[in-house]
Amino acid sequence: MYSDIVMEHFKNPRNVGEIPDADGVGEVGNPACGDIMAFYIKVNGNILEDVKFKTFGCGAAIAVSSMVSEMAIGKTLEEAMQITNNSVIEALNGLPKKKHHCSNLGADALHRAIEDFRSKQQGRQMEKPVDGPEVCSCPVCDVNDPEEAPYCNTACGHSSPK
Amino acid sequence: MRIINMDHVAASPLLPQVVDAMMPFLTEKFGNPSSMHSLGEEVTETLDEARGKVAALINAKDHEIVFTSGGTESNNWALKGICQASRSRGNHLITSSVEHFSIMHAIKALEKQGVEVTRLPVDKYGIVDPDDVKRAITPRTVLVSVMHANNEIGSIQPIAEIGRIARELSIPFHTDAVATAGVIPVDVEALNADLLSLSANAFYGPLGSGALYVRKGVKIAPLLDGGIQEGGLRAGTENVLGIVGMSKAAEIAAVEMESRIAHLIPLRDRLIKEIPAAIEEVELVGHPTQRLPGNVSVVVRYVEGESMLLFLDMEGIKIASGSACISRSLKVSHVMLAMGIDAGTAQGSLLFTLGKDNADQDVDEVVRILPPVVQKLRDMSPLYKKTSKFKTIT
Repeated sequence: MYSDIVMEHFKNPRNVGEIPDADGVGEVGNPACGDIMAFYIKVNGNILEDVKFKTFGCGAAIAVSSMVSEMAIGKTLEEAMQITNNSVIEALNGLPKKKHHCSNLGADALHRAIEDFRSKQQGRQMEKPVDGPEVCSCPVCDVNDPEEAPYCNTACGHSSPK
Repeated sequence: MRIINMDHVAASPLLPQVVDAMMPFLTEKFGNPSSMHSLGEEVTETLDEARGKVAALINAKDHEIVFTSGGTESNNWALKGICQASRSRGNHLITSSVEHFSIMHAIKALEKQGVEVTRLPVDKYGIVDPDDVKRAITPRTVLVSVMHANNEIGSIQPIAEIGRIARELSIPFHTDAVATAGVIPVDVEALNADLLSLSANAFYGPLGSGALYVRKGVKIAPLLDGGIQEGGLRAGTENVLGIVGMSKAAEIAAVEMESRIAHLIPLRDRLIKEIPAAIEEVELVGHPTQRLPGNVSVVVRYVEGESMLLFLDMEGIKIASGSACISRSLKVSHVMLAMGIDAGTAQGSLLFTLGKDNADQDVDEVVRILPPVVQKLRDMSPLYKKTSKFKTIT
């Protein structure tokens, strides 16, 4: 089901952990959806000097977190903000379609950590985004109407993908 | 690496005697039972014998067994066939909230056609209260369908009592016995069942082969129209190969059932005791004793099922999980949700379904390999540190 690169990152994830004095922290997901990712960043000048993560989730979610952390370290903040869903999937040599939302979460969590850093620099508290089950997307059905998506209206609360 | 299969719910290996019984029907005995000539006739005789063996497994009469393509067809047919044949009597069904997809989605389809449905709640062990069945019955009720046991959580339902309630009011009672027929004693008389679904693979027969028991006198419309195979109840040339395999497996299951159960229960109970002893914050899902002999269903807090499953797979241990990440629909198991287990906790589901070839050393391996896997994933989990300090288990 998974590519060799995905399995390699899943077995030996890079940069697992927290940064106690992180310059920015970003968290996305909720357990009902299956995945939670927390990213911690250390910024030196404009460069991501260190990135660490903690992830609750499937094999893809762990591999995605690991890959995002590797892609981000050493990048400028602007470059790191350019890491997308697709670039993560590409770097992992593909993901099963139903796992594509995991890769969204990895980039989102990193971007949130960067936004958190920028907010702190500007001396304001970043608004904590609300992550209820209602923002959990269903990548299988890809439809909004629960009537047309009989398989996606229980755990996820079913709503359209981001 | 030695492979430890503890995923018998997905597929069980064929018994060698079953393979031997099927072989001639892959080669020289290729006749169609509908043919009048000798090639067909010898197959017809085989089908008659096979029907007797499957009937004997559940204490039914030969003519009450109809061969199907498995549990899903049997379940769909029981529901749709009874509803269609009972239109003049009513349009109300009673079922439980922990049924297999082949009941759950067949009922959704019937609802769209205007059938009214009562889905009974379950207790924390996933078990239906027979009194709820009694209260749900209306003059318009045409069928009660409650599964015998749930493979995902192992709990066995009080089917005989539910069947008695339905019988007293002359309402047909169906039970999905896919998880139990050939595994534990199933007797249609003792269970008061009017319809009963079974599947061959649960007792080491071939995949894609099953049967529906239809008590004499129960009115049911066919699901498949066509020729007059199976007494006109199920059209289409019989899956001779599957039926022969199923009947051989049924014959052996009847003989070996007692010893298989005696073998499975101690292994099951070792896992139920030793996994939570080795890993903190693990809970058993389903009833502790009123439970399938080979079923161990647990939730492991703060980690997700698929990632545990993948690590165990690398170590040769094959299991299943009710986690959303595993299901094709990306939804957490409706069975665990109905039992009141929250979606986050249910993500940590692990399902071990043991078979006759599992041994004590397999249990040893699981108890040795699982704890470090869980620890590795917990060390990676943002939930572990955060919640373990103050959140108590409910």
